Amino acid sequence: MEAFSQLLEQLYFTSSTKAKAKLIADYLKRTPDPDRGWAVAAIAGTLTFDFFKRNTVKRLISERVDPALFAMSYDYVGEVSETVAHLWPDFQPRSPLPSLSEVVECFSSVSKKNVSAVLADYLTMMTPAQRWALLKLGTRGLRIGVSARSIKQVLADYGGKDIKEIETLWHAVHPPYDNMLTWLDGNAPKPDIKNAVTFHPVMLSHPIDDETIQHYQEGEWQIENKYDGIRVQLSCNTVKDEPEKALYSRTGDDISPSFPDMLESLSGHMVLDGELLVMHGERVDTFNALQQRLNKKKPSAALISQYPVGLVVYDALVLNGTSLTERPLKYRREMLEKWLADNGNNRLHISSLLHANSVEALRNLHETVCQNRAIEGLMLKQRDSSYIPGRPKGKWYKWKRDPLVVDAVIMYAQRGHGKRSSFYSDFTFGAWENAQLLPIGKAYSGFTDEELKKLDNWVRRNAIGRFGPVREVKKALVVEVAFDAVHPSTRHKSGVALRFPRIHRIRWDKPADEADTLATLKGLIET
Amino acid sequence: MHPSTWLKTDDIGLFCEPGGFYIDPMSPVSTALVTHGHADHARAGHDSVYTSAETLAIMRTRYGEDMSPHQYTVEMDIPLHFNDVRVTFYPAGHILGSSQILIEHAGYRVVVSGDYKRRHDPTCPPFKVIPCDIFITEATFGLPVFKHPPIEDEIEKLLQSLRVFPNSCHLVGAYALGKCQRVIIALREAGYHQPIYLHGAQLKLCELYQSFGIDLGKLIPVSEIADKTALSGNIVIAPPSALADRWSRSLPNVRTVMTSGWMQIRARAKQRSAELPLIISDHCDWPELLQTINEVNPKEVWVTHGREDALMYQAEKMGYKARALSLVGYDEDTQGES
Repeated sequence: MEAFSQLLEQLYFTSSTKAKAKLIADYLKRTPDPDRGWAVAAIAGTLTFDFFKRNTVKRLISERVDPALFAMSYDYVGEVSETVAHLWPDFQPRSPLPSLSEVVECFSSVSKKNVSAVLADYLTMMTPAQRWALLKLGTRGLRIGVSARSIKQVLADYGGKDIKEIETLWHAVHPPYDNMLTWLDGNAPKPDIKNAVTFHPVMLSHPIDDETIQHYQEGEWQIENKYDGIRVQLSCNTVKDEPEKALYSRTGDDISPSFPDMLESLSGHMVLDGELLVMHGERVDTFNALQQRLNKKKPSAALISQYPVGLVVYDALVLNGTSLTERPLKYRREMLEKWLADNGNNRLHISSLLHANSVEALRNLHETVCQNRAIEGLMLKQRDSSYIPGRPKGKWYKWKRDPLVVDAVIMYAQRGHGKRSSFYSDFTFGAWENAQLLPIGKAYSGFTDEELKKLDNWVRRNAIGRFGPVREVKKALVVEVAFDAVHPSTRHKSGVALRFPRIHRIRWDKPADEADTLATLKGLIET
Repeated sequence: MHPSTWLKTDDIGLFCEPGGFYIDPMSPVSTALVTHGHADHARAGHDSVYTSAETLAIMRTRYGEDMSPHQYTVEMDIPLHFNDVRVTFYPAGHILGSSQILIEHAGYRVVVSGDYKRRHDPTCPPFKVIPCDIFITEATFGLPVFKHPPIEDEIEKLLQSLRVFPNSCHLVGAYALGKCQRVIIALREAGYHQPIYLHGAQLKLCELYQSFGIDLGKLIPVSEIADKTALSGNIVIAPPSALADRWSRSLPNVRTVMTSGWMQIRARAKQRSAELPLIISDHCDWPELLQTINEVNPKEVWVTHGREDALMYQAEKMGYKARALSLVGYDEDTQGES
């Protein structure tokens, strides 16, 4: 437990992703199984149960600490686990502490009525930092800035493997991951996952360039709408003894619990690639509608019926248990059409094919498609391309619609991270409502290093206030902000939220009072 | 007459009416008694200043020889008289020259403790318990979550980091007055005898400490190092404000260390972008605040700057009358000094 606590402590205070990866790799090297596997699970968020409930923690502390002093402390510290870690009054250190796996096993086997007593014992033998680690671990609330994606990258680097191998394995191996870690150490063969439902790393597209458009030849390309939903992979095997179905995000996170309506009626043995959208029958709803369903681990029946999801399928990696990834797209498409005809399901819709018989027609098509705000642009896929995970060159292209732009005024600035740390590089900008500026979004990118230096300098010379790490600046600098869409939002005072905002141009020349109004922005909301 | 009728706060500071003096005033006044040299207590421009020899030296270093036309050195333990008010200075254990001030008037004894701590500090004599009717205490760390670990443990973390990251320049944020010197001494006591490199803002006060006979070992200004890569694996001490500033960009492979009592709270440490937060404070932690109130055993506790609510609540629970005394200028966000 000491080593795990120390690792969390270091990760918490380390900001660079590289340094974090190094710390985790060091930990994996010097920590035995199964401890290190439990640590990986804790960081990746793959532990399947809470060791104890938050309420248990609150009850334990309220029996030991004056509630008024606890309340005042909590109010200052801002987090229950840390407040409890500091206020726990008893300390009888034990050395060494029980190992991480002993702790995990203890909580997984202890009876409900003994959980409190066990937790109290552990807290008493630990330092505040160790208590914090235990409380965060036990309530599965680690927030140490390591994403599930980056832990996979760390594991890949640790074992000298491609991240795609880890992604493929990931949902077929389980904590404490002995088999995977031993394989990464080079001491065992790769875990066998033949029959498991698991993620297949996806094929990604490049932004299209003018030359490719100029050389467009009819028949070479499959043209489709670029839908404004989220890319998902549906993996299903109901023909084996223990049927499994899963919906994965494009980075391999299992998002099945959020979309039970998508999975319930499916059967067969297949892996489909497509766009998840809110769909009312054949009608596609906006991204904003889909957003109501994202990150909801237990969606209510009401939410599901108000925002039902469907999948627009555009590719198949496996059909009827047969892998198709080596076959060309035109073949996969043909098989997919057949399969869908035979296995009709009202949640599955095939992505429609569009046609253009010349470069001119293609350009016109793009223009027409983009008038529909629910469509982000076009996809062009080479019909003879096999399904290659990653982002192979020259196979798939996305041709996004031109971004929307608005002139906004910089209001606040914050220092960046990594190579930008100590430069003011994160900007909050606003639009006018009468004589008042209301923040409409934040942008971190879109400028060159040279411009970054100038912006940083400008912030330093024009700072008028400080809120923790955030500097308020004189409302004088206009930036042209590009974004993909604008949605109504209850979370922001301005009532709008921008999608993918980035700084397009810095308008050193433009007076702030000539920036756009909130009303202009609201007029761009898609309906 | 109860002191609440003759000892009052206004927008300048704490004013003793019958004595005609302020304690730690924020703007120029005719007579100022100063507890210690931190900028939120000691300001320039008063007509007369009464304080310890060390604090006068600190004020002259910071504000110049002419910081005040009349500068009076106060000896510890020796009473002074302002009209019919008797005033005596006692050590506070906070930083070099820091004092508490006992005010005796109309049959009452009031102790203004200024900032103080109870831990050992080789740069100043320890806090002295002065019996009194009213004890005015700070509450910078007036919450039970604040328990400062021994400075030796914190310094060991820094030394360990130097072993683990032998190529990193360890940039330590420490307030120029008090904290910086205490960190240096603790490093020396832990057996670290390499030269320690200083940001320009730390230089003068370190020299001043040395002139009072406090040994800080070999100190080198960063500005004298032409090739900054030579600083990898070494310790550089700078004011907290310089940590994330452009100044630090010239240093090689920086690892950011921050020394402050606030570092106990993760979010505060994170805000300071500290990669290695060290809990080193020149104030009392919560148990020491309670210990002090117990030992001084006054009739009333008046609580100033910091988290007064919790300390007042606790003092009342311990059977003391407690009230908040709001003083100007003592902003909790003068974090560096804590």
